[in-house]
This record gives sequence, C-alpha cells and structure tokens, in this order.
Amino acid sequence: MLEVSQLTIRFDGTPALDGADLTVEDRSIHVLMGPSGSGKSTMLRSIAGLENPEIGEIAWNGRSVLGVPVHKRGFGLMFQDYALFPHRNVAGNVAFGLRMQGLDPAIIHDRVDEVLELVGLPGYGDRSVGTLSGGERQRIALARTLAPRPRLVLLDEPLGALDRSLREHLLVEMRSIFTQVEATVLYVTHDREEAFTIADRVAIIRDGRIVADDTPEGLWHRPPDGWIARFIGLENLCAASTLAELAVPSPSVATTTGVIPPEAILLSPTGSQTATVTGSFFRGGLYRIELDLDAGLSLITWSPVGIEPGTFARFDVDTTRISWFEG
Amino acid sequence: MRTRPWVLLLALVPAAFLGYFFVYPLVTILYTGLVPNGQFATSAFAEIVTDPTMRSIAWFTLWQALLSTVLTVILGLPAAYIFARYRFPGRSLFRSLTLIPFVLPTLVVGVAFLAVLGPGSPFGVDLRGTIWAILIAHVFYNLAIVIRGVGVLWEQIDPHIEDAARSLGAGRWRVFREVTLPLLRPAILSSAALVFLFSFTSFGVILVLGDLHHTTLEVEIWRQATAFLRLDLASALAVLQLVGVTVILLIYGKTSRRTAGELPLRPPTEVARRPQTVGERLFITATLGMLGLIVVTPIVVLVARSLSTPTGLSLTHYANLFDPPRASAIFVSPLDAIGNTLRFAIPAVVIAAGIGLMAGVVIVSTRGRGGRIFDTVLMLPLGTSAVTIGFGFLVALDQPIDLRASLILIPIAHALVAIPFVIRSTVPVMESVQRRLREAAAVLGASPRQVWREVDLPLVSRALAVGALFAFAISIGEFGATSFIARPATATIPVAIFRLLGRPGTFGEAMAMAVLLMAITGIAAMGIESMRGSRSGGV
Repeated sequence: MLEVSQLTIRFDGTPALDGADLTVEDRSIHVLMGPSGSGKSTMLRSIAGLENPEIGEIAWNGRSVLGVPVHKRGFGLMFQDYALFPHRNVAGNVAFGLRMQGLDPAIIHDRVDEVLELVGLPGYGDRSVGTLSGGERQRIALARTLAPRPRLVLLDEPLGALDRSLREHLLVEMRSIFTQVEATVLYVTHDREEAFTIADRVAIIRDGRIVADDTPEGLWHRPPDGWIARFIGLENLCAASTLAELAVPSPSVATTTGVIPPEAILLSPTGSQTATVTGSFFRGGLYRIELDLDAGLSLITWSPVGIEPGTFARFDVDTTRISWFEG
Repeated sequence: MRTRPWVLLLALVPAAFLGYFFVYPLVTILYTGLVPNGQFATSAFAEIVTDPTMRSIAWFTLWQALLSTVLTVILGLPAAYIFARYRFPGRSLFRSLTLIPFVLPTLVVGVAFLAVLGPGSPFGVDLRGTIWAILIAHVFYNLAIVIRGVGVLWEQIDPHIEDAARSLGAGRWRVFREVTLPLLRPAILSSAALVFLFSFTSFGVILVLGDLHHTTLEVEIWRQATAFLRLDLASALAVLQLVGVTVILLIYGKTSRRTAGELPLRPPTEVARRPQTVGERLFITATLGMLGLIVVTPIVVLVARSLSTPTGLSLTHYANLFDPPRASAIFVSPLDAIGNTLRFAIPAVVIAAGIGLMAGVVIVSTRGRGGRIFDTVLMLPLGTSAVTIGFGFLVALDQPIDLRASLILIPIAHALVAIPFVIRSTVPVMESVQRRLREAAAVLGASPRQVWREVDLPLVSRALAVGALFAFAISIGEFGATSFIARPATATIPVAIFRLLGRPGTFGEAMAMAVLLMAITGIAAMGIESMRGSRSGGV
C-alpha cells in the first residue's frame, strides 16, 4: 500500500505540489487526474524518486521510502514518450531491469519471453526499437516496466502519444494485463474517459492538492464541488434558485448549486418541462442536444435521435440523480 | 538541479590538468614579459611599440587575418548555399572533399602551396614571401569552417520564409539581403571569428610561405624564443597575441550562442532539391569548379611534384628518405620520425579522450553558469595557439619538477589542443541523450554508475571515437608546440619536414614526407567522416 501525505514541492518558488495526500491500495488501479500544470506528473516523479519533496512523506507498507534512491525503490515508471533505449533492441530494453537485479541470463530470457507474450508481442525480441509502430512502442515500454515485477507501477500519460482508436483498444488491454499480474497501479492522465475506463478509484488533483478521491461512479454522481463537476464533464450546473423555478427544490438552505447529469434529463413527448433546442450534434451513436430554458438556463443531454434546432422539446428531470453542494 | 558532489570531484581532474599545463604556463609568460630580470620592466613591450619591424609584424598579422577572413567568407557562402539547398550528383563526395584541408597539418598546407606557387611552380610563378600565397593557403585551410558552420544553419532555415518574401514582391537579391542574410548572420559571424582566429595565429603556413616581413606574431614568438633566445620579447609578443585571441573568442562566444537562439528553424529534414533552371545549374557548376580549383589543385600538385624528378616520374624522393646520409641531415630517419609520431599520438589521444570525456560529463551535468564558464575555459587552448603552449612549457615547467626534458610534454601539448575537439564532438551527443532515458534506467534499478555505463557510454562512444580521431589527426600534424619540446632524436614527421625544408636540395624529400603525413591524416579524416555519416540508427 502506498501512502503519500502532505507532499510539497516548489519549482523556483512556485508550488508544483502543495500538501498532496493519496493512498493507493494493493492490487488496485488508481488514476490521478488533473488539468495540465496541476502537479500530477510531479507527484508521480516524486513517488518514483526522481524529484525530492521539501515537505511530506511517501511510505510503502508503512515504511518511508524518501531516503531510498530511485534505483532501489522497486517502483516501475512508464514515461509518456516511452524513453526506450535506442541502442538496444526490444529484448535488450525489456531485459534491462532484470539485468540490473543481477538475475541469471536464462531466467531473464524466459521472463522477457513471458512479458512479451503478456503484452501481445511474442517474438519481437530481436526487433530494433526504431522499427516499431507507436502502439508497439507503447507495449514494449509497458513490458519493460512490468518485467522486473515492480511492487508499484507508475504510468505517466501512457496513451497520450497515440491516436484515439488505438487508445481505446490498448486501454482495455492494459486493464486486463494489470488485473492478470495483480499489479498495484498509479495511472496519470488528463483524459476523463481514459480515467473512468481503467480506474478502480480516481483522485483529482488541482493546483498541487488532491481535491477528490472516489470511485468513477462516486465522482460522477456525487461531485464535491462545481470545479470538479465541470472537470469530469458534468456541464449542467444550476443555481438552486433557477432549479426552484423548475419545481426542483434544494434539499437544504446551504446547498446553493445543483448538478444535473445528462442521463437525468429524459426527453419525452409527454415531459413536464419545455425548452428550445439550440443545438443538435451527432457524436456517433448518440446526439448531443443543447437545450435553452426560459429560466435562463442551458442544459445538455444525449438522445438517440437528432432534434431540429429551433424547435421545442419536452423532458422530465430525474431529481433523485441531482447532486447538490455549497457555493 | 543542484550540482552533485561527484561532479565537482570529477571536475577537479580536467581543472588540475588545465591549471598546471595551460594556465600556469600562461601566467608565467605574462610574468616573464613584465618582470624579465626579477624587476618590473616594460622594456619588452616598449620594444614592440617602438621597433618598426615589430610594429609591422603586428600590423601584418592583423590585416592578413582580416583579408583572409573576408575572402574565405565570400568564397565559402556560395558553397554553403549549394550544399544546403541543392541535390546534385557527387554532392556528398564534394562536401567531404571540402573537409580535407581543415584536417591537414598546417605545415603540409604550407608545403603544398609552396609546390603550387613557390619555386618551380607548374603555373610559372613564385609567390613565396607575398601576401597572395598566404591568403590563398588560408582560404584553402579555412573554407570548411564557413561551409560547415553556415551550411548547417542554412539547411535548417525554412525555405517557405524565403518563398513568403518572394510572394510579397521581393526579388531574389532582396530576399537574400533582407531575409536570408540576417537569418544567417550569427553563423556567418561565428564562422568568420573562427577563420580570423586561425589566420591570426597562423604558424605552419606562414613559416613556409612567408618571409621576415610577411610574418605573424605566432611565428615571431617562435623565432624570438628559439633563434634569438629573447624570452622577454617572446613573452611580450605572446601576451599581445593572447589579448587579440581573447577578444576574438569573446566575439565568437557571443555569436555562437546566438546561433542556438530562437530562429524559425525546421527540423533538418531534406530541404535540398534538384536544380531546375539553367542559371541554377550554371551557378552550381561554377561553384564546384571554384571549390575544385582551390581544394584539389594543391593536393594534386603536391603529390605530382613529390613524384617528379629530372628523369621523369619516380619514387626517388621517397627512397631518399630512407637513405642514411640524408637521414642524418635531419637527425632522424623517416621511419623513426613516423615511429616517434605514433608514439606521441597514442598517449595524446588517450589523454585528450580521457580528460575531454570527464570535462564533457561535468559540462553536461552542471547546468547554468558554472558549466558554461567551464566550457569556455576548456575552449581556450584551441585559440591560444600551439606556439604559445609550447613556449609556455619552456618557460614554466622547470619547477616544481623540471618536466622540460620529459617527452611526456609532447603528447600533453597535443592533448591540450585536441581536448576542445573531443568536447565539441561529445557534449552535443551527451546533451541529446534525453534525461528521460537516464531516468528510465534509474527507475528500472540502475545505480548512477550503471546508468552512465549502460546508457550514456554506449550512446556517446561513437562521438568519443570521432573526438579521438580528431585528437589523433591533430597530434600527428602538430608542429608549433612540438618544435619547442622535441629533441633532435625525437623529431616527429612535421619536425622532419621542416628540417628538410630548411636544407638546400631536399625540397623533393620534404614534399614526399608531406605526402606521407597527408596520407595518414587522410585516413584518420575518412574515419571521422564515415563515423559521422553513419550516425543513423535512432541515436
């Protein structure tokens, strides 16, 4: 189990991490998600030992690792640009960590084969890394990281350099690989869909601080504040006063903002609410529908059919799915 | 990133080497110049100012260097242009060809031009002792600096910028003057500074082609020190030259740093294209013809004349080199001279590669000001001139231990000149070894030492080999410093050539010896080119 507490790092006076706390349970996939510049890569690099925190603690199974140099931490880190060694072939790259452990060549050979099999590139050992495609490089980098059986796998935007279709495919594959080898994983990304697809839990980092840590479903249904709601893609933020006009009262005086997830807006010819359709965009399978209400409120929802902009649409709101918070 | 203690420890070795073998001798020269007989006196400096001969030498040094620089830049620019922008048959061959003169020992360059323009010239002229022979030889030697220095930048300037200027209504000439030239300015200035530096401290060429009036400070330092034993005057001249060199190096440092600044560069993908119009083809042909004339003629004439005897083509001059009586005239047999040369070259290469590599590691791991200063200081021996280094050894290294009789000083002097080349060829590669690769190795369990052995060393080894070959080429051709330190029996090939030149009737043998030296250097140069050329493979 990884426990990070009060981690603080400044670069030239500006804090990159400002008291970040995080706990990663054994055999879980924990995603660290945040906008660019939020400190997520710095946090990952600190855990790996590539940055030295000024304040704070990083512990593995209750024991501090701060004094342990990078190469003795036993944490694997996969870089966004993969950082494959250009002067070694695929097998040489994958075997590197094993050689550093001083293992027997025969054992290394078997383990390299095993890991290449795991990432779906058996027989690639003799290939030069220069001849690999983007997806293949990604898998080799993953194989290299996993080969020494690190007690914690750190991944820094591991799919960032790939195009969308390949990303979806590799994401599912990575999840199954991590489950198969029972890895403990901390995965950094800025992409919500990627995070939700692979994560057991998602921690959200903002300005060097962890501001939320929950399951993907938990985050979606109970976002702690407006910023997090918007960041994970919830667009329908409404003031309690506006919602009251739609006959949706706030559960308490303190909670002044409500978030309506798109799936809580049910388009139906018999709906009790009316709105003008201002936009209808085909997004493959579903249409993104933009609604304008008289109350001065804009809402987004999804629909299997398109609706002509300028026409009226009727809908109901599933009030049980609305989440509320202060401010 | 803070500088780690092991970096400082590592920096001690090159710093100590440079301190004892470079800075200390220089300080001693300064002291000898100012305090000649245990008393402060400016008489030696006053002599330079008042003596018309000295004044004319200083003046000649300056204006011949200026003229050499202007001429080299004017002739180098069109060549840089055609190599950067056009594809034509024989392009890479021609480009490699232009590099040859730069690696040739300057004494060989001098002998070659003596063969072309001196007594018995195939062109029926004798330009020895004139500015012309000197200028042409300097252009020959330095052309590669401009072609490479400017060409590299020219290749990277996006041709679309020029196209944009054309589409805005600028003619070809205006585009060149108002767009291309300003963009190339830093590269032109830094190349020009280097050419000026090498012409300003020119030794081998002047020694062979100049005379008492057409001479440089460098040659005069050597003459005053070795022929007249006027150590005070030689020191004062060396100080004067050092001031000039420092100014040039400062200009060079400023301009070369600007080259690395923000320019609208594109990645060095191929921007060269085939010539399309008749005008373009004519321009390329004319430029190549000019290059051929300047670069090929001296080499061909030198080889031809070394083979020609009154009775026709024969190997007589070469055979004479092995003739004992003639050998005794130069105190050493050619075989021994070759043996001496190699015996000095091997330790020189080892020292230069070792110290250069250590210095490179320090420069790369020390970010910021400290590293830059270290870098600049290590470049100084390159500009200081070999004669000053040799002379410095002579006046300084008698205490605390008298090293002047020790032959180790010869490879050390060669290494001093070669270290900048080792640094220049390894540091860019070391810097391009991405920090990520080192981090990846560390995360995979490699200790700092293993990271260096497993990641840096394999990636840098080829560049180090290039640097070592440079060091080898420098060592076998070095003359200025060697002539101060070598004993009669330990003469190297260049020293033997010089002795042959100084004797009547052995010019043919001197040319033969020069051809031998040229051949050995040529092999080293080919090694450098092939190693640089095959740098693909993702590194």
